Amino acid sequence: MADIENLKKIATQVRRDVVRMVHKPSSGHPGGSLGCADFFTALYFDVLNINPQKFTMDGNGEDLFFLSNGHLSAPWYSVLARRGYFDVKELESFRLINSRLQGHPTPAEHLPGIRVASGSLGQGLSVACGAALAKKLNNDKSLVYTLHGDGELQEGQIWEAVLFAAAKKIDNLIATVDYNGKQIDGPVDSVVTLGDLSAKWRAFGWDVLETNGNDMAQLLATLGEAKSRTGKGKPVVILMRTEMGMGVDFMMGTHKWHGKAPNNDEFAKAMEQLPETVGDF
Amino acid sequence: MNYTSTGNKDTRSGFGAGLSELGKSNPNVVALCADLIGSLKMDDFVKEFPERFVQTGIAEANMIGMAAGLTIGGKIPFAGTFAAFATGRVYDQIRQCVAYSNKNVKICASHAGLTLGEDGATHQMMEDLGLMKMLPNMTVINPCDYNQTKAATIAVANHVGPVYLRFGRPAVPNFTPVNQEFVIGKAVTLQEGTQVSIFATGHLVWHALEAADILAQKGISAEVINIHTIKPLDEEAIVRSVTKTRCAVSAEEHMMNGGLGDSIAQVLARKMPVSLEFVAVNDMFGESGTPTELMVKYGLDTPSIVEAALRAVARK
Repeated sequence: MADIENLKKIATQVRRDVVRMVHKPSSGHPGGSLGCADFFTALYFDVLNINPQKFTMDGNGEDLFFLSNGHLSAPWYSVLARRGYFDVKELESFRLINSRLQGHPTPAEHLPGIRVASGSLGQGLSVACGAALAKKLNNDKSLVYTLHGDGELQEGQIWEAVLFAAAKKIDNLIATVDYNGKQIDGPVDSVVTLGDLSAKWRAFGWDVLETNGNDMAQLLATLGEAKSRTGKGKPVVILMRTEMGMGVDFMMGTHKWHGKAPNNDEFAKAMEQLPETVGDF
Repeated sequence: MNYTSTGNKDTRSGFGAGLSELGKSNPNVVALCADLIGSLKMDDFVKEFPERFVQTGIAEANMIGMAAGLTIGGKIPFAGTFAAFATGRVYDQIRQCVAYSNKNVKICASHAGLTLGEDGATHQMMEDLGLMKMLPNMTVINPCDYNQTKAATIAVANHVGPVYLRFGRPAVPNFTPVNQEFVIGKAVTLQEGTQVSIFATGHLVWHALEAADILAQKGISAEVINIHTIKPLDEEAIVRSVTKTRCAVSAEEHMMNGGLGDSIAQVLARKMPVSLEFVAVNDMFGESGTPTELMVKYGLDTPSIVEAALRAVARK
């Protein structure tokens, strides 16, 4: 049984990490990162079967996670460090010169926990399909997870992979969508609406779950439910309703903090709302 | 000529034969194809190792991403389609998930160049070597005949890292040794000469040998070197040859911009500036026609190499 209060505490620290990480270089993507802090925390501190102390590229016998919307690098780095993949102190090098913590994640810098580069959108589900196929070939019963932005679903390659995964019954795969309804140019519905997103995934042959991605208890329950639905001939997707900027009031309810760092005053205000819970880097 | 063709064979069949052998010898080798099994000559592999074959359908971007993902489980994926769809169509996928991520993916590109023939310019990929050689971490290989393509296919499985392997559609002279050792990055001197170096790749290697014969009749001694690996380029072999001959010709079934000739020009400019003539397509798209008609019309035939060599010698 997960300690929900403890996970919430960690999620608050991850949010604090995110804002501190983007403030220092004055660059990064706090909006979606704050919205997905609960997801990253739940995934890395409760759901994934992983071995952070002994990272291997192949990840045989472990669950794998692929971040398809690579601009959410900050919360990913935060949970990787806090889970023990590397020293939390290294979080202070985010987006700075000579850092392993590149603006968008890459294995090129040999940062433990990262297996493929992302940033150019729409590619992570294909990679996950390949990794899931490799697990089947290796008789490895562990699972493959992904995270995608909702705006990212406008990329055609996503639907190539959605079609393929269902057609080939890749049922050791759980995709998740950060369904915050916002993208750089505004609301997803006004940019290019996704319409009935749940119906679209179902029509392609996926098992679809929906949840509130900012409610830790509900999120954990849904992730558990998703896991129980693997191995049944269908890939599983979770549409997670989230609030962009969650945890910092002035960053919520707008797409304007997608790719913008806070100035010093804004940073101070954000820090007041995000108390240190398990220790700053 | 010191070389005899044992008959005409297509290089793509060399790929198919090599892949089949790999299937038997290396259990980690897997293959992917985007609805072109027959064209890529992957039938034998598909039949013998169905569990290690992934039919992706007509979805090349997904294929490249999946190939990158398969490496994460320790597999060695060979992803096959036409050169046009294996490069230009999926450049960003290759750039991010294969080259930048340094994944052990083998991109296998058939029907490269003009000799694809009647399908015309949409399918006649002549920018692929340039696109691929610009990517850090990428090894770029363009073998010259059936035997060499088979050997190259087997060799790239043992090279850890991204590889672009280019081959073609038509049956062409098969003249290099059966079961040859293929060393990535090591140029092969096919014929020694003293007055002009002809650096050829792919289908143009045979034409370079024919051109050397004609040049010999004109009293010009040509050295013919098969540059089967465009990147990493065997700079030492190039410099060694032009140190002797003092002029050179590059010959390839590719655009002049970004091709083998470009790479050689860089080496010569840095290390041994001598005159260099290019046998390549000069900034234009192809068209429908038979492979032979097209190679003549676009100046990629034996007489074109002879003329280029004469120009190079005259400029010494």
